[in-house]
Amino acid sequence: METKLHGWHISQGARMVDFGGWDMPVQYATGPREEHVRVREAAGLFDIDHMGRFEITGPQAADFLQRVQTWDVSRLASGRAHYSMLLNDAGGVIDDIFIYHRPQSWLVVVNASNAPKDLAWLQAHARDFSVSIRDLRAETCLVALQGPAARQALQPLCPDLDLGGVGFHHVVECTCAGARIVLCTTGYTGEPGYELLLPASGCAELWNAILESGAPQRVLPCGLAARDSLRAEACLPLYGNEIDESTDPLRAGLVRAAVRLEGHDFIGRRALAALALAPLPELLVGFQMVDPGVPRHGYPVAAGARTVGRVTTGLWSPSTGKYIGMGYVESARAAIGGELSIVIRESPKAARVVARPFYTSPHWR
Amino acid sequence: MDYKVDEKLRYTKSHEWVRVEGGEVVFGISDYAQNHLSDVVFVDLPAIGKEIHAGKACMVIESVKAAEEVFAPISGVVSARNENLEKSPELVNKDPFGEGWLVKVKPGNQAELAGLMDAVAYRAHLETL
Repeated sequence: METKLHGWHISQGARMVDFGGWDMPVQYATGPREEHVRVREAAGLFDIDHMGRFEITGPQAADFLQRVQTWDVSRLASGRAHYSMLLNDAGGVIDDIFIYHRPQSWLVVVNASNAPKDLAWLQAHARDFSVSIRDLRAETCLVALQGPAARQALQPLCPDLDLGGVGFHHVVECTCAGARIVLCTTGYTGEPGYELLLPASGCAELWNAILESGAPQRVLPCGLAARDSLRAEACLPLYGNEIDESTDPLRAGLVRAAVRLEGHDFIGRRALAALALAPLPELLVGFQMVDPGVPRHGYPVAAGARTVGRVTTGLWSPSTGKYIGMGYVESARAAIGGELSIVIRESPKAARVVARPFYTSPHWR
Repeated sequence: MDYKVDEKLRYTKSHEWVRVEGGEVVFGISDYAQNHLSDVVFVDLPAIGKEIHAGKACMVIESVKAAEEVFAPISGVVSARNENLEKSPELVNKDPFGEGWLVKVKPGNQAELAGLMDAVAYRAHLETL
């Protein structure tokens, strides 16, 4: 599948890769390291049109959401956004999502590869509610402008809105280069910035307008490689790596970020409550390599000769200059400072459990 | 896309280059190879004294994408390693034919060198890819 900006990526000589069935730019000519650094220091523009998004409306929209996702939306005021999850009955993660409370509707943004599964699951549960779910993918285009200079870059295009007045994790409609768009102050990089829901028609012109407006700030188009290293430094989970249907938000350490155990009876709540009573078999940790080497998804984590876990994400971190990663380890091995080894090509390399996130942007107001 | 080819070097089909320096042979990877690897983040160099065999994997270069094996262009014994790559693996991207060299080898069989491509042949090989 191709996003609405696919032709632009090809025209720029982007290196393309298959990502969950989508032909996506993994990097442009500048290279992932430079793209990563640019987002930390200035701003980068990402095509995230592959991501699924659904509009949920109807008199029971809020009741429906209380049933199917983990955040208590009765506490989510209109104009606000929050991270959340869809869980199965066992508490396993069907998907991690972002939920946006709009004046007359709710917007749910989901992972590209999970979108068909999520939609079927949501539709199945929607039968019990007076609610309608609309797939917005065809009529909209989703892009992200991320980094400390994102506001300066975007402001000239949005004359009717003071972007400085829009706090983090908000959603607002505004005019951008003459088009009506939905502006969300959310992202997946650990930097301040925007996710922009554009009308599909004219989206390539808007993409170009953002790059042009952001030229003084040196806004750079960025690919999936930089997106992955940025989210990993910020310890934002990637579905399929840190979370999936065999893991739960407890062992992933994501309850505080995504789940309200009290207040609403969502699918998976009873299972989570039961899991919370017993010691967890494993926990997600952040680690830093002591011996140099690149940990990668799926590598075993060992303590002495014994395997005690698995790497979920690993990388050389451009912002810290260190080899870092995340992984699940036996709970007894999860304390910060604990010594582990990562088995890289049959050879154990020393690593140490460290506090997460690896990188916190100094640019949060 | 245009890739640099150093006229003075000899090449393998798997995109390693070699240069004879006295009794030793220096080798690295070509501009084409570094470009296809994307940003190099770690070079797992073989130990000094290690025997390597022409055409066989002898070390690993890790890029942001993946771990890729490097094939020995000739057989011999590793006599020196580019230790600068530990702190600056990006030299492989920035200067693949110079500062980004990988290892020096005492060749076991000088005749193997004759089997490698010159710059003209390597450029023709790149055209076919």
